[in-house]
Formats: sequence, C-alpha cells, structure tokens
Amino acid sequence: MNNNDKDNIQNKMKLQFSNRSENESFARVAVAAFIAPLDPTVEELTEIKTAVSEAVSNAIIHAYGENENEMVTVECLIEKDRRVVIIVTDNGIGIEDVELAREPLYTSKPDEERSGMGFTVMESFMDKLEVESTPGVGTRVIMIKKLDLAYEF
Amino acid sequence: MQIEFEMTDDIMIVNLDGELDHHYSSVIREEIDKTIDTFHTKHLIFNFEKVSFMDSSGIGVIMGRYNKISQLGGKLLITGCSEYIDRILEMAGIYTIATRMKNVADSIALIEGDNIEKGAKSENEQ
Repeated sequence: MNNNDKDNIQNKMKLQFSNRSENESFARVAVAAFIAPLDPTVEELTEIKTAVSEAVSNAIIHAYGENENEMVTVECLIEKDRRVVIIVTDNGIGIEDVELAREPLYTSKPDEERSGMGFTVMESFMDKLEVESTPGVGTRVIMIKKLDLAYEF
Repeated sequence: MQIEFEMTDDIMIVNLDGELDHHYSSVIREEIDKTIDTFHTKHLIFNFEKVSFMDSSGIGVIMGRYNKISQLGGKLLITGCSEYIDRILEMAGIYTIATRMKNVADSIALIEGDNIEKGAKSENEQ
C-alpha cells in the first residue's frame, strides 16, 4: 500500500474472531454497521453483507476445516469517493489453484452439498474481487465496491 | 433462523424465517430431511417469504433436497424470494431444477393439478 492509498482512507476497522460459524453473521453485521454512515442503499448493504458472508464462510469451512481454535480477520476501509474495501484474511491451508476455485460451481468438497458459488457471488455483488493465496500459509480476499452517490433531500 | 413445516397430503411446505447462512444451513438440512422421511413427503415447496438474508449456502440446501425429492419423482417449488435471493438462485441455475412460483397457493395448485392429470390418465388406462 503506497502513501497515496493511505491518504485516500477516511475510516478503517479491523476485527478478529474465532473460526466459528456463528461469527459469519457477526462479521457481516459488523461491516454493515461500519459502513452505515455512508448511507448505502438497502441493495448495496445486502450485497456487501452477502459477499462478507461468503468470504468468511470460505475461511471457516475451507481454510481452517472448521477448526474453532483458529482466527479469521476482517478489515474494512472506507476510502474517498465512497469506495468500500473489505479484506478477509486467514492463515489456513491456502488455495492451490485460485483460478479453478473461482470458477462457478467448482467445489473442493463435492460430498458436502456445497454449491461452489461463493466466489461467483462475491464477484457479482462487488465491483472487484482479488484473491491472494499461498498453500500452507493462508488466503487474503480483497473486495471493493464503490457506493452510489447518496441523494440529499 | 426458524423453520416451520406445513403438510397437505404428499406436499410439504417449508416456511423459512430469518437468515440462512452456512451456520444455520446444516440444522435446516437435517430438520427438512428428518421431516421428509417421517411424513413420506413427495413434493417440497420452499417458502422464502420471511428470509431476510441468504448466501450461497442456501443453494446447497436446495440442491441437496432436490436430489432427495427427485429420486421419488417429487417436484421442488420455490416461492416468496426477494429480488436479491432470486439473483443468487438464478446465478446457480436453481430454476433449471426447481419451479419459481408466485405464492404457496399457486404452488399447491400446480402440484395438485399434475396429480389430477395423472389420476385421469390412469383412470383412462383402466
């Protein structure tokens, strides 16, 4: 991150929580509450909550294999021009082939009724999705969405 | 997330209420399967009217129940989706295996209409 990026950031937060599935709802509600001052539309809020839920679920299910002793990190940055950046990080098993993992309907756990749509949903609900992963080290999912201009009445 | 079942003959209506994510999907899945087995349900209607949030775990729940129901020749109908839940289901191609309906009454009518048609056919055959 260069200095220019730092100047752009207006507000930021960082959350760390146990790798437990009940924290999926905590994570998406916390992000929604953090961006509430931007007055997003109901649609934008729902899309962001869904994307957060997908990224956190991936960490819980895939990165850590539901091991509750591990920790998931969620960061949220509010930048100039109503740009919201969400970063979900884990120190789990990592993804061997990110491109394959991002394909719609691809799942590494076909026996478990997983839809394989997590990354596809993140991609379609956010403006930009970046996935950085190193096998054995962990995964970082970066999602960016620019909110529409708020109307003043 | 709360779940409530309604039975009419061989149709089971699954009324979901609340947020459907990975955390709740395993409980929901078990409850539905148990109830299908107990009541020998043939057709399933998912009512999403009171679902305020759903991520892709909902897709897995629907696909799994479709596999179960379709083995016995049953139909899967979905009703009450908000625009955004519809978008997620469409993305995954759920409407190629399930029928999207306006409301529960229409869903029941569709299944019963099919039953009557089949009944009439088998009467003719006799």
